[in-house]
Amino acid sequence: MNPPVLAAGGGADFSADTIGLVVIKAAVILVFLLLSVLFALWFERRIIGRFQERLGPNVRGPFGLVQSIPDALKLLLKEDITVKAADKLIYKLAPLISVFCAFMIFAIIPFGPAVHIPGTDIITPLQLTDLPVAVLYILAVTGLGVYGIVLGGWSAGSTYPLLGAVRSTAQVLSYELSMSLALVSVLLVSGSMSTSEIVDAQTDLWWSIAVLPAFIIYVISMLGETNRLPFDLPEAEGELVGGYNTEYSSMKFAWFFLAEYINMLNASAIATTLFLGGWRAPWPLSAINGGMFNEGWWPLLWFMLKLWLVMFFFVWVRATLLRFRYDQFMHLGWKVLIPVALAWVVGVGVIQGVRQFTDISLQTLLFTLAGVLVVFAVVLLLIPEKKDTVPDAKPGSTSGAKGKSTAEETEPFDAFAHGYPVPPLPGQSLPPSPRRAKVTAPAGAPASEEENNDG
Amino acid sequence: MTEQLVISTGETVLFWVLAPLAVLGALSLLFARRVVHIAVSIAGVMVALAILYIALEAPFLGIAQIVVYTGAVMMLFLFVIMLVGVDSVESLAETLTGQRWIAVVGGVGLVALMIAVVTRAAFAEPVGLATVNVDSNPVGVAHLIFGDYIFPFELTAALLITAALGALVLSHRRRLGRKLGQKETVEAKLAAFASGAGATSVVSAPGPGVYARTNSADMPAIDAQGKTLDASITTVLRVRGQVHGQADATAQTTRAARIASGAPVIEADREEQLGTSAPAEVSSPEQASPAVDGPEATPPDERPGEPSKTGEGDEQ
Repeated sequence: MNPPVLAAGGGADFSADTIGLVVIKAAVILVFLLLSVLFALWFERRIIGRFQERLGPNVRGPFGLVQSIPDALKLLLKEDITVKAADKLIYKLAPLISVFCAFMIFAIIPFGPAVHIPGTDIITPLQLTDLPVAVLYILAVTGLGVYGIVLGGWSAGSTYPLLGAVRSTAQVLSYELSMSLALVSVLLVSGSMSTSEIVDAQTDLWWSIAVLPAFIIYVISMLGETNRLPFDLPEAEGELVGGYNTEYSSMKFAWFFLAEYINMLNASAIATTLFLGGWRAPWPLSAINGGMFNEGWWPLLWFMLKLWLVMFFFVWVRATLLRFRYDQFMHLGWKVLIPVALAWVVGVGVIQGVRQFTDISLQTLLFTLAGVLVVFAVVLLLIPEKKDTVPDAKPGSTSGAKGKSTAEETEPFDAFAHGYPVPPLPGQSLPPSPRRAKVTAPAGAPASEEENNDG
Repeated sequence: MTEQLVISTGETVLFWVLAPLAVLGALSLLFARRVVHIAVSIAGVMVALAILYIALEAPFLGIAQIVVYTGAVMMLFLFVIMLVGVDSVESLAETLTGQRWIAVVGGVGLVALMIAVVTRAAFAEPVGLATVNVDSNPVGVAHLIFGDYIFPFELTAALLITAALGALVLSHRRRLGRKLGQKETVEAKLAAFASGAGATSVVSAPGPGVYARTNSADMPAIDAQGKTLDASITTVLRVRGQVHGQADATAQTTRAARIASGAPVIEADREEQLGTSAPAEVSSPEQASPAVDGPEATPPDERPGEPSKTGEGDEQ
């Protein structure tokens, strides 16, 4: 009886949407996500192929585009195995939780502004719905999606999936903290939690520029959230076989696989919407002809371009970086990302508060802050640098390892310490091999040439 | 504001779908046997309630319920339950004396208090959702929390932080020795090897079933002298007495070889009566604990149940 609670102000207006239109929009999003996953599989394999100087799938269809379809069919036609030790109910429930939660995020992502549907008189925003708490909705649905991984790993009744599930829970919970802190600064500067209003607030300046540290933190935690390299510890093949989905096959495995790729799309869409201006055209284009490219169906193109640019970044990172060790990963999350994000949020909060409750203009405020920072930097420069190495006056004191390493550098390198052949440490060099003279002497060649020929 | 309450069809359908689910979940909290099922059903109840809150136009409350309770609190519960054990069932033993009576008194007291408060409360005239949510729902909630109820809110926050710090302090364990680095660990391993602790102190222990008749996880590996290596079996299986002997494998492999060669296969029980060369010892787990070894594979004094000289290097 009350009008639906929707974002007020600059947000999208859904008052003209009928139930039929909502159903059609939901179906279109579903189809879009499924097709995007098929495309993403091809996209990732081709790009990884390029990075590794090979071709990637290029046989089926033009440029190998339809390669994903036979692959998906093959996966679905495999035998559906339910392991004996599994907790049947939860074993079947877990992949469904995963995939449902993955599909739900796109409900609040704005693909574009209000458009006129050709052939009808309907004008509707290119977005399924919007909530005044849309960003919190993202966090809530991501939090629910973890249940799929955790329960899937637990219910298989096997060691590696359980370890994968435990890792994944710890990972997603810790990185969700830094991710939500990064999102809070976007909420503070936009003054809203609704996605369409956040896009509207980025008319002049994208938040990736205005709150750059938050964007960097989001991008790092986004990789952790989606279990992608370099943070794919829950399914580290070398350690855990396949992680939480080791005991799954056929359709149930396909659900997990689908959820993983949709989550990548979700993370890219959130990054696009909250930091990269959403469906808004990039700067030089947005100024053409009074913002012509920000109206009608054009924004859909910009949204897709940005989405797939972030997807490309995912693949780029995967092709470039190695997997973290688990303790280093946790160290990064808890001791670096969260404190930095927290400090940044406090900073943004203070600036926003000063702007709101006083008459100081943003320019003055930023110049004052810059001045304070410069003074601080100069003071830091004037303070004499602390000696990093342990002085020789007190060797073998509290910091044993450091004292030892300095002592070792002064010792001559013994290539056969305790009777074992050992490689030289950094800073040490191998003594000349005693066999070298024997090899080179009969040939009569000078030593330097021999060395060149070795390479 | 004596407006007639009108409930739309959509709300009715939503309620009759979600309410039975929530009640079912709440009942399974009482009757489900496995702790994980209980945890999952509570999560389900919370999600159902959250959807009802959202339908009742309190989106902030609904979403916050999922983020905080389902996403964080229940997840931590589940985390603990998973690590406690796969087959753990609820323990009904009293750990504190009189715990049950204290719980009953506390529960009855809470119910009495709530009845007293709710029945005597004077409700103001409802102002309507349109007035409350005039600057959108989260802004309205924020005005209440950070305006009218700031003091209780800060008190609760202080309580939660104290609880978290308390948990940190109580679970903190002082490190007894110095933390060993990678290098020191390797040096200690090499020193152990040099003093004759066996090869497993520097390289990994042999996998189960190496050179044995089968490669199953409960079959100990055999070394070059034909002795079984206990280090190849996990400690869990050894403690449970589920280690298989060579004799079990011999019967099975003989049978498999016969089937493969196409010879007629005699049933295991008849084979025992006939007294053929490979007796099929179907040993129960209790019998297998000091594992029956095939005489052709190991000398009788080397039993997998006993720790051998070379095996225990890296079992820490």
